[in-house]
Amino acid sequence: MAMWMFLGSECLLFGGLISTYMLYRGRHPADLGPDQVFDIPFTSVSSFVLLMSSLTMVLAVSSAAQKDDRRTNLWLTVTALLGATFVGGQVYEFTSFYREGLGFTSSLFSSSFFTLTGFHGVHVTVGIIMLMALVGINKRGRIPGDKAEVVELVGLYWHFVDVVWIIIFTLVYLIPS
Amino acid sequence: MAIIERPSTPALAGSGAPAVVTPSQAYGVLKRPVSTTGWRSWVFTVDHKKLGIMYGVVAMFFFLVGGVEALLIRLQLAGPEGTVLSAGLYNEMFTMHATTMVFLFVMPMGAAFANYFIPLQIGARDVAFPRINAFGFWCFLVGGIFLNTSWFLGGAADGGWFMYQPNANALFSPSHGVDFWGLGLQITGIASLTGAVNLITTILNMRAPGMTLMKMPIFTWMSLVTQFLLLFAMPVITVALFLLMFQREFGATFFDVSAGADPLLWQHLFWIFGHPEVYIIVLPGFGIASEVLPVFSRKPLFGYRFVVFSGAAIGFVGWGVWAHHMFASGLGPVSVAVFSMATMLIAIPTGVKIVNWVLTMWGGKIWFTTAMLFIVGMIAQFTIGGLSGVTHAVAPSDTQQTDTYYIIAHFHYTIFGGAVMALFAGFYYWWPKMFGKLLSERLGKWNFWLMMIGVNLTFGPMHIIGLQGQPRRMMNWTEARAGEGFFNLGFWNRVASFGSLLITIGVILFLVNVWNTHKKSSTTPKAPLDPWDARSLEWITASPPKEHNFDAIPTVHALDEFFHRKYEVDHDTGEVRKIASAEEVLAAEEAKADKHIHLPSPSYWPIILAVSLPIMGYGVIFNRLLIAVGGVILLLAMFGWALEPSVADDSDYDPPVDGGGTSKELANIG
Repeated sequence: MAMWMFLGSECLLFGGLISTYMLYRGRHPADLGPDQVFDIPFTSVSSFVLLMSSLTMVLAVSSAAQKDDRRTNLWLTVTALLGATFVGGQVYEFTSFYREGLGFTSSLFSSSFFTLTGFHGVHVTVGIIMLMALVGINKRGRIPGDKAEVVELVGLYWHFVDVVWIIIFTLVYLIPS
Repeated sequence: MAIIERPSTPALAGSGAPAVVTPSQAYGVLKRPVSTTGWRSWVFTVDHKKLGIMYGVVAMFFFLVGGVEALLIRLQLAGPEGTVLSAGLYNEMFTMHATTMVFLFVMPMGAAFANYFIPLQIGARDVAFPRINAFGFWCFLVGGIFLNTSWFLGGAADGGWFMYQPNANALFSPSHGVDFWGLGLQITGIASLTGAVNLITTILNMRAPGMTLMKMPIFTWMSLVTQFLLLFAMPVITVALFLLMFQREFGATFFDVSAGADPLLWQHLFWIFGHPEVYIIVLPGFGIASEVLPVFSRKPLFGYRFVVFSGAAIGFVGWGVWAHHMFASGLGPVSVAVFSMATMLIAIPTGVKIVNWVLTMWGGKIWFTTAMLFIVGMIAQFTIGGLSGVTHAVAPSDTQQTDTYYIIAHFHYTIFGGAVMALFAGFYYWWPKMFGKLLSERLGKWNFWLMMIGVNLTFGPMHIIGLQGQPRRMMNWTEARAGEGFFNLGFWNRVASFGSLLITIGVILFLVNVWNTHKKSSTTPKAPLDPWDARSLEWITASPPKEHNFDAIPTVHALDEFFHRKYEVDHDTGEVRKIASAEEVLAAEEAKADKHIHLPSPSYWPIILAVSLPIMGYGVIFNRLLIAVGGVILLLAMFGWALEPSVADDSDYDPPVDGGGTSKELANIG
């Protein structure tokens, strides 16, 4: 319930950021726009990795429902690793953009691009922290309340972050400017 | 979901009074705080009542701060070419006055009442997430302090409370004030957001058995709408504030026209938040009014359903009117027409409420207590403010009024005359519930009349001043251009300044009243259990309520449950008969007290987590290293929080000294 409320609120956060980006995506020097810098194959791979992490999250939730601690931990860890891979990819992507001359302050396009995707990256990172905390709780065996429910809540958050990425990926990368 | 009454192995509760417990075994890195007395019981508390009181006290403090700022403004304008403040300081003063009053007084005071009374009104023992509740309070406190430290660190924000871009750029506002403003609001925003998630969940999931949504007390209803508005408004301002921070601190150019940016982006983002904010401010006041009026009119609320649905309607339409703040910015005729219509539309549900209130009083046996006086005054003044609001909806007239004192008059009538008066009614009405003592009615009436007259003397003349063309935010006026006769600006400015003095005396009388009631030598007797012959659920418990609120969770059969337990209608004569006193109702409830009541345990983590935020804030402004320090604390606190169970483990307590078993349960009943 509360997680749904929170995610509803998050929709508006990303809504605001995406609007800002859409407003400013065309405002850049001719040689440093979205068409020039984006490496769509690379980002597609990292998007795929993030989507796969949703799958492993589902597996974690279902093992938690079956009270299988070992498998739950395994799938949670895998999900966290996949998430970390995605964040790693994003860091790599940002660095390579920066090398190409697209800094945070280069243009309105770059500022709003980095802000939007950066916020998403932070959300994934927070998700990883939550996953790791879950593993920690699981290991110590001190669970406040129903384990499966807690795992499910984190799962909900994780799926939300993934869905947001699908929207961002479509709007930012796939639609030509 | 962290519902607080999680069944666990009940500890032995056979030892009479709770034994004093001290923390013993560490869990994680910190021992669990378990004290129930002294300052620790407040700082680490997760009890919604204590947090509600702390919200109230801190908000009251900021009310005084904001009041002093307002007085300085009125002092400056009391005479021609005032010299009390310099131009720069004057800018900071009105910016911080507005920011303090809106974000650090009215909103948190609404949160104070919501925190304290929602669980009591719906028959719950606490909110859904007690630790998040505590975290919210501490965020509000540290955010408020952070915001106000800017006075001592190079000057406060000076761009007006809506901080229009590009005026608030580093170029035009070079001090760190705006940075403090943005980050401070970011931190208090976390408080609002967590509070909203928490209270919505509480209201929807934790109502007493039998309490359907349409049997819910009206204050809870209005708070629910408020929390939904907060839930969806806060993220928008969060985005705006982040963009502002990136612009000022990290060299982005989101609002820089020379880089091709569109400064209207700020205005849209701000007002998409800003207009729902208006209803966030006033709806708790509406809720209080709808609680107080039936009690003192000795009649049920007229058209409860209409009040509920009009509140919800305000909650929806409130999202479609933001651009009426921007009529003067050249939006184009279609937008202006649409928003103009929507703005007129939103006057309807508000009008419905006023009609309902008046009809509640109609034919009732009205008892003019201080609380009732405040509400009657509030209805009158809010109506004036509402009507001047409709004049803004007419776009051509609005372009004349934009940025004049007419606007100031309008929103002070709605915020001070509407929301603040209702909050004061709330103080007088609920004081005996919260503290077990009645505030003096005699001083209270002085308080009311001084404030009522003061408000009208202060803000009434501003209509004239504004229509005569005095712009808002102008640091002085001159005799030469003040005009003649009745419309002389100087005269009305003096009247306004005099009025603000009356408000001040009124507020001081309130503080004196509180002091008199609670000083050690006070002779004020304990308040009766049900001093007002009230109607709703929060009165079916002791005053002040026990830590666990209710000995037994009451089962609800009707709206105005408490009233229906005290009275019944004689079917033959149609007369209303008293069948039980409040004491009897309470005794009946206590007789079936629950044996084992589990309450959430206090925790260190909320305050630690909250304190990490301003550290990061100072880091952004002064030294990036501090961000890392704050970040590490933040991360550790998050892990600590996640690993801590919501109820303290038995091992957190010393073995009992008296051999009577552990007394983890706060309530030993039976």
